[in-house]
Amino acid sequence: MSSKANIVTEPDIIFGKLTWDVIPFTDPVILPVMLACLLGGIGLFAFITKMGKWGYLWREWLTSVDHKRIGIMYMIVAVVMLVRGFSDALMMRAQQALATADEVGAGYLPPEHYDQIFTAHGTIMIFFVAMPLVIGLMNIVVPLQIGARDVAFPFLNSLSFWLFVVGALLVNISLFVGEFAATGWLAYPPLSGIEYSPWVGVDYWLWALQISGIGTLLTGVNFFVTILKMRAPGMRLMQMPVFTWTALCTNVLIVISFPILTVTLTLLTLDRYVGTHFFTNDLGGNQMMYVNLIWAWGHPEVYILILPAFGVFSEVTATFSRKRLFGYTSLVWATMAIMILSFVVWLHHFFTMGSGASVNAFFGIATMIISVPTGVKIFNWLFTMYKGRVEFSASMWWTLSFLFTFTIGGMTGVMLAIPAADFVLHNSLFLIAHFHNVIIGGAVFGYFAGFTYWFPKATGFMLDEKLGKLSCALWTVGFFVAFMPLYILGFNGMTRRLNYYDNPEWTMLLWVAAFGALIVLAGIVTQLYMGYVSIRDRDQNRDLTGDPWNARTLEWATSSPPPFYNFAKTPVIHDRDEHQYNKDRNTAYAVPESYEPIHMPRNTWCGIVMSGFALIMGFAMVWHIWWLAAFGFIGIFASVIIYSFERDKDYYVQVDEIEALEAAHLVHVNPQGLRAMQDKKSNLEA
Amino acid sequence: MEAQQNNLADGQHSDTHSPGGAAHGSVKEYVLGLIISIVLTAIAFYVVMFEVVSPALTLAVILVTAVAQILVQLVFFLHMNTSSEQIWNTTSAAFIIIIVGILIVGSIWIMSHLNHNMMIGH
Repeated sequence: MSSKANIVTEPDIIFGKLTWDVIPFTDPVILPVMLACLLGGIGLFAFITKMGKWGYLWREWLTSVDHKRIGIMYMIVAVVMLVRGFSDALMMRAQQALATADEVGAGYLPPEHYDQIFTAHGTIMIFFVAMPLVIGLMNIVVPLQIGARDVAFPFLNSLSFWLFVVGALLVNISLFVGEFAATGWLAYPPLSGIEYSPWVGVDYWLWALQISGIGTLLTGVNFFVTILKMRAPGMRLMQMPVFTWTALCTNVLIVISFPILTVTLTLLTLDRYVGTHFFTNDLGGNQMMYVNLIWAWGHPEVYILILPAFGVFSEVTATFSRKRLFGYTSLVWATMAIMILSFVVWLHHFFTMGSGASVNAFFGIATMIISVPTGVKIFNWLFTMYKGRVEFSASMWWTLSFLFTFTIGGMTGVMLAIPAADFVLHNSLFLIAHFHNVIIGGAVFGYFAGFTYWFPKATGFMLDEKLGKLSCALWTVGFFVAFMPLYILGFNGMTRRLNYYDNPEWTMLLWVAAFGALIVLAGIVTQLYMGYVSIRDRDQNRDLTGDPWNARTLEWATSSPPPFYNFAKTPVIHDRDEHQYNKDRNTAYAVPESYEPIHMPRNTWCGIVMSGFALIMGFAMVWHIWWLAAFGFIGIFASVIIYSFERDKDYYVQVDEIEALEAAHLVHVNPQGLRAMQDKKSNLEA
Repeated sequence: MEAQQNNLADGQHSDTHSPGGAAHGSVKEYVLGLIISIVLTAIAFYVVMFEVVSPALTLAVILVTAVAQILVQLVFFLHMNTSSEQIWNTTSAAFIIIIVGILIVGSIWIMSHLNHNMMIGH
């Protein structure tokens, strides 16, 4: 890699900076991965072709505007990227365990490769694992929870998903064509400037994030409108399920904070491409402004990730404690308080920058204050369980593990909120341990709880509970073994992102941490195996009622998986726990007198084709192939113009089809009611 | 097909689309908005490119024209007003003004202290 990193040629008019030399054919680490991906890709292509499924895939999935299918596709991409991001984590742990020596080149990875790995790990885990898990869960759950047919803008939803995929693809292409950024996941200048990162790594980072970030912004707009405008009749704001509330707050954060990211990335792009000086010291630029701006987005981003996880825990705890959620109102207000406070704490990411005591004091105190509403929520969940009949299902295991792990992470966060302490701990492994403690123990455990909880709703069959619990145990133990040593190493003065070190006393703890990472690996393998077993045995594990957990909120009132129109009749809401309300009064699964045609959007090619052009444009911009970038750019606009002239964008689902689909569900949950209705209908016809 | 058209006319999708939302403006409004935007942009470019006033005054002019530009676009292109049908728009605007205010004032505060401590510009 090192020889490649020095290639800076004058861009060719046809191929830009692209030559055969940029593909690392000789790298012993990358070559096997490249071959494996190539063979896997060819195998997958051949398999789909052999099964004759391309048409099905295109019509039913790739062009789908159905929020449930888009949600499932988000989940699939997230799982693939989790494997990629976790491989990076294992490589880092291995490098640090091996690299005790006081010279560059210790361990098995050269520095410039190691630097790309930690950058890729952070970028992938946040943008291409955590974000799609959040957005995927929102897609699957939110429209069902509020009784809507789909999201407000179904085509936009498809476009958001495919723009996100483009970002993920660009990151993965960078592994095989050229290089990725070696700057850390937020690419601070001046290191990320053209002078110190002259090749294409930072450009891959910029375009991947820019394109997928626009997708995320569109998702934020989409779900914000969906939740405010498309709730079923009777559902007041304070009757929305908590997951929908947290999704609303998350989308407000997305809509307000992602434009900051877009602008910051644009300014850095201008610095790198056209020679402006926003973030270089020349001509009055200031790299500290980049740090300020990126964290003005970055801190709300943390809450974008965690708030929906809080929503998941609220749903899971209430369901498996067989109780109404304790303190719904306080939980909603705590969520809103966090939403606003998340915009007044961003400086705590750079206390050491030098803004001085008064600025640091303000942001330190604000940071401590934000832990108060978070603490309120912990008590909400504890008191929901108190005197409840707690059922220890796999999603409840994740919730309990979260309560314990996240609280520890929260407390180390309050330690870091003290500016004086932060001056010692800044950029140390203590910080690394802290944010993994809250992101893994908070956000990721929440997504897994939600994944387990809503899996039957999305697919129609259950996940294997035993393997789910086993993977939760492995993840939890693995997390503590991997990250507790990092807290200690941070106190001992080990800083982050070291590819070698000269203090042999650290080696032992780094081996322990590497061992912990292997336990987490066992957890991930268990999850993949759980997926395999659950799909294999799906016929034994069907969820025929649509309500496998005896749950409380509206999404469980329809079948699993729900029909593409979600609800045959738009429900009318009486209560916060609408499904439980109806079950208590024997009014759940009522068979309507008759059905009416349902107005639905058609699937469209436009999202995936537009994103295809965006991929071409992004790749061409990275490699300075201007004509190709122009082609991609024009293609994006041509697609949307052609799409806007299409007239056939919606259709009506006919009553016969609805009757058949509904009968297949009602026969399991209300056979008498169904028979009564069918008798009545045949009498009328006779 | 005929029946479907009738259903559409009957407000078949009233269950999914609430009434309300932003009104669509007239051509006159859009043209006026465009002209004002162009003038404001031209002023900003003019004071910077031709250095007609002192640097401090230049900064002030850019700032004022930028804020005016935002308001013009909100009113003429996004048709924001305070009518009761637009309560969500107005609420969102109020919220965004608060947050953007925090971010801008906060950034200026942070960067000015930083510049002072680092003796940038001294």
